[in-house]
Amino acid sequence: MNAPLLQVERVGKRFGGFVALDSIDLAVAEGERLGLIGPNGSGKSTLVNCICGTLHNEDGSVTFAGEKIDGFAAHERTRLGLARSFQLPRPFMSMTVAENIRVPLIYTVAARSGHHLSAAEIDDRCMELLALVALDGKARHNPRDLTQVEMRKLELARAVAAEPKLLIADEAMAGLSHSEVEDIVKLLIRLNERGITIIMIEHIMRAVMAFSQRLAVLVSGKKIADGAPDDVIKDKDVVGAYLGT
Amino acid sequence: MRTPVFVLIQLVLATLFYLGLRFFGNDYLFFAGYTVLQFIILSTAWNILGGYCGYVNFGSAGFFAIGAYTSVFLYTIGQSPEDIFPASILPVAQAIFPLPVPIIIVIAGIMAGLVGLGTGYLTLRLRGVYFAIATLALAIVLQTLVVNWSFVGGSRGAYVIPPNTVPVIGPYIQYLFILMLLMTIIALTTARLIERSRLGVGFATIRDDELAAEACGVPTLKLKLVATVISGALMGMAGAPFPFYIGYTEPGSVFDLGYAVNTIAMPLIGGTTSWAGPLIGAVLLGTMQQVATVTISSAVGLLIVGLLLVGFVVAAPNGILGLWQGWFGKRSKP
Amino acid sequence: MDFSLLLNAIIAGLLLGGFYAAVTVGISISFGMLDVVNIAHPAFIILGSYIAYIVNANFGVDPIVVSIVALPAFYLLGAGIYQIFYVSFEKRGQDSLRGLAFFFGLLFVTEVVLVLVFGVDYRSVDASYIGASLRLGPLEFPYRMLVPCVTSLIMFAGLQIFLGRTFIGRAVMAVSQDPLALRLMAVDPTRIKRIAFGISIATASLAGACLIIIQPVIPSVGRDYIGRIFAICVLGGLGSLPGTLIAALLLGVIESITSTFYGPSWAPAVSFGILLLTLAVRPSGLLGR
Repeated sequence: MNAPLLQVERVGKRFGGFVALDSIDLAVAEGERLGLIGPNGSGKSTLVNCICGTLHNEDGSVTFAGEKIDGFAAHERTRLGLARSFQLPRPFMSMTVAENIRVPLIYTVAARSGHHLSAAEIDDRCMELLALVALDGKARHNPRDLTQVEMRKLELARAVAAEPKLLIADEAMAGLSHSEVEDIVKLLIRLNERGITIIMIEHIMRAVMAFSQRLAVLVSGKKIADGAPDDVIKDKDVVGAYLGT
Repeated sequence: MRTPVFVLIQLVLATLFYLGLRFFGNDYLFFAGYTVLQFIILSTAWNILGGYCGYVNFGSAGFFAIGAYTSVFLYTIGQSPEDIFPASILPVAQAIFPLPVPIIIVIAGIMAGLVGLGTGYLTLRLRGVYFAIATLALAIVLQTLVVNWSFVGGSRGAYVIPPNTVPVIGPYIQYLFILMLLMTIIALTTARLIERSRLGVGFATIRDDELAAEACGVPTLKLKLVATVISGALMGMAGAPFPFYIGYTEPGSVFDLGYAVNTIAMPLIGGTTSWAGPLIGAVLLGTMQQVATVTISSAVGLLIVGLLLVGFVVAAPNGILGLWQGWFGKRSKP
Repeated sequence: MDFSLLLNAIIAGLLLGGFYAAVTVGISISFGMLDVVNIAHPAFIILGSYIAYIVNANFGVDPIVVSIVALPAFYLLGAGIYQIFYVSFEKRGQDSLRGLAFFFGLLFVTEVVLVLVFGVDYRSVDASYIGASLRLGPLEFPYRMLVPCVTSLIMFAGLQIFLGRTFIGRAVMAVSQDPLALRLMAVDPTRIKRIAFGISIATASLAGACLIIIQPVIPSVGRDYIGRIFAICVLGGLGSLPGTLIAALLLGVIESITSTFYGPSWAPAVSFGILLLTLAVRPSGLLGR
């Protein structure tokens, strides 16, 4: 049995007196497609932030690819192969779309492999990634000129540019139309088929059900369910959390 | 244009400028020109951390002073090494001292860079606001230290008496002017190199969105420290010749608030995204202040700078460069 | 060690600390609660000092009375400045660089204008109680420090009550924590912030009068206080008024003792030293949230 790619053990996070995460255990196998759902304020984004190093968890530990990453800065975790997209897209507004993609290519891929990537190589990979998300036409545009779904795609493309082993897509589909949601789900499945393990955090249930091989549920900072999607959505605690018993 | 060409063009322009001033035969022009060059170096240095990375340094006077007082310190040693060094190493000391100004400049740069490193290490992990306040703190702490340090004159001040003339060039002020010209070229070239390099990309991500930068693998703390060290070192280098320029160095003139305001106003008014912005701001505002000092008063000149700062920051945040690009509809550089 | 010297240094420090609390409370509101880095705050305090000076010198009115009369004007000034700040920076989502530069510019312009108008001679005020002291056994309470301290503490207590008990006060405390919730209660966060900022500048009027009672002023005195203000704010913990008071008293005492035994020229280094130390060791301060 292979060790999981990501192991979250008894992770806890408090903000003053408020307990945002309460002893969370989560394991993600390599190549898996995990869905993570839960009501607003349940701690999903806090968990992502703790895994990625943006926040520091007081309790528990996070192990990635066999290495404990608890003291590691966020950029070090990205270089190890842990990438995330942000819930509200955060493109670099003073740069073009293409330049946004170049950043992780320069600072993660080139730094990781130790060998210097030439400008031409970076440009090539950049256009490849943009083509993957159908943004190559807008390579020289400013992110300001992008539509909602295009911003989300840029956000995902930038995360993928870091050549991660694990990608956490944080509510990448909020506010999108039906066909746009399908678009993003197809993109994520395509990325998974290329070998990237993916955790999808979402509210849109049909996207989650279409995508996930396994489903975990967070409510009020605690994980209350973890298993096959069809079983989880019938679990009475889960139903209770969403509909209220 | 490639960097060597850029440097060459600057050398040519600088030479022409120097020869032009020499032709006019009025030493005042060199004194005035020195202050403008000083401002160009200081604002360019400030902009590396402020404009490129988005971290405000209110303590430019502090870094400038480190440079100036390194000079005073080394000069004072050089004046009477027999009072300071034990007999065993005195011959060596007497051979080294007094140090030539260019060496002092390098040492000053190193000192200022180290202080920048230390300050940055303490405060750059916090929000940018705290860094800004810490730089303010730094300037005041340094001033307090200097005022209480009698070896460099304390509050009484120190005299630095350079030779009147220098071989080949002539008046000493022209020698200092040439040194400043060279430092200006170094500062501008450094800024431009950074802008166009991968380091510059990293700086820009820090300015735009530090959290996203980290997520992309940018080592933000390390880069911020690099920026602080380069910026601080350049400011220290700009300050090193100052005691030789004015002759009498006392804390009030070195820690003058005008330095803090000018080094912030010039890049913000000129434009922060490019090496050309601080240059434009420094030349315009520096010249204006020289004119004001001679015609009305230097206080009024500073007042105008302050008002322009507030005005531009509110109404034209991208500075003169931004206005220029807006009027002529230029696309931003790729 | 001379015990009565130490005791009096501590008392002077406590009195000074009370005054420092009044000086800092404006920033506790603008920076601690509204997240607006108004480093120009000391300039408004000095402005208050000079206004107290002019009226006192020409009409003999007590400086504190002058500052109370000037409160509405300072409030309006604060509200106006916030509006400019909001439209120019917060609304545009501008980086904090320009916001900081804006306030720095205001600080600077105010100081230079005061220099041009009043020159660099020290100015002080005349009031009947300055010069006399209240003596209780070996303890000495100079009135020129006691009156500002008591006034400051009254203002401080008033603000604490306002923030805790009135609707607008609680809205101010809420606006930094949850502007959305505020909007859902049909309260415009921008209006609340404007009111709060206006109040923060109004405190400068009173603090300025207290300042010029304690010591003679020149325009650059404001800059001496930047360090103290932020040191107290950070040490006390942002947004915590009780924390501000404790930190202010602490700073006052430390400064006073340093001054008495090592000389006054080290005073500025004390506050900045404390600031740097706090930032390095415990950035959230003593009572910070």
